[in-house]
Amino acid sequence: MLDADYKNDVLTVFLNGEIDHDRAADIRCAIDGRINTLRPKKLELDFSKVSFMDSSGIGLIMGRYRAVGLVGGVLKIKNIPDNLTRIIELSGVTSLGVL
Amino acid sequence: MKSINEMHIKFPSKSLNEGFARSVVSAFVMELDPTIAELADIKTAVSEAVTNCIVHGYRREAGVVYIDAYIYEDKLVVLKIRDKGVGIEDIKEAMKPLFTTAADEERAGLGFAVMQSFMDKVKVRSAVGKGTTVTLEKKIVPTR
Ligand SMILES: Nc1ncnc2c1ncn2[C@@H]1O[C@H](COP(=O)(O)OP(=O)(O)O)[C@@H](O)[C@H]1O
Ligand SMILES: [Mg+2]
Repeated sequence: MLDADYKNDVLTVFLNGEIDHDRAADIRCAIDGRINTLRPKKLELDFSKVSFMDSSGIGLIMGRYRAVGLVGGVLKIKNIPDNLTRIIELSGVTSLGVL
Repeated sequence: MKSINEMHIKFPSKSLNEGFARSVVSAFVMELDPTIAELADIKTAVSEAVTNCIVHGYRREAGVVYIDAYIYEDKLVVLKIRDKGVGIEDIKEAMKPLFTTAADEERAGLGFAVMQSFMDKVKVRSAVGKGTTVTLEKKIVPTR
């Protein structure tokens, strides 16, 4: 369901489609499963294929920030499409240094 | 004020219907020729309000979510999104950014903040044990 790459301790997950409350739980499980088996130094969430996101996506980002932190890793979010910049800015997640 | 067009739908409080609600409302406002950004704003706000009915109003139990959508003169869109769930005790508190009663479910507490930022007006009426109605308004800017 989610494409992912793992190289040099960096886990990159390619998110896609519409991220809402309906899909958040499945995405969370898929990512946390990989975090816990791979224990990456860095988790990168790639948003280039995401067409829609509401505040459930913000909860997902903050939750993965914590989840990867628990195994000693850091979170980065990248390739944020223009239509998501407002919600990302409004959320304040940028102050966590994830960009 | 008499509406130019209106639409009324109800659906069970299943999370699957969050996407359905976004699509239906965006199809309804399409006649106003919104920009992609305006449409995205409306879809996001609808998603927030409908998700709140499902997650908080009915606490994921079975219930019915209602959307009453209206178009008025000057491309004004009014959306009433409502549930007959648990209601909100302190609306002012609930609307504060980052306030959530469901942090364990990874709710960010930003639903109302998003609605306020993406729409022109947000009104909340609620009664404990009776339910909640969120009214969202946005004027579509006339074609440039
Ligand atoms: N329809 C509703 N019924 C009952 N409580 C609600 C409803 N909508 C919002 N709330 C309350 O307001 C709080 C804040 O909502 P919101 O800003 O969307 O954040 P979140 O959904 O992430 O908790 C919720 O945690 C909940 O306690
Ligand atoms: Mg919410």
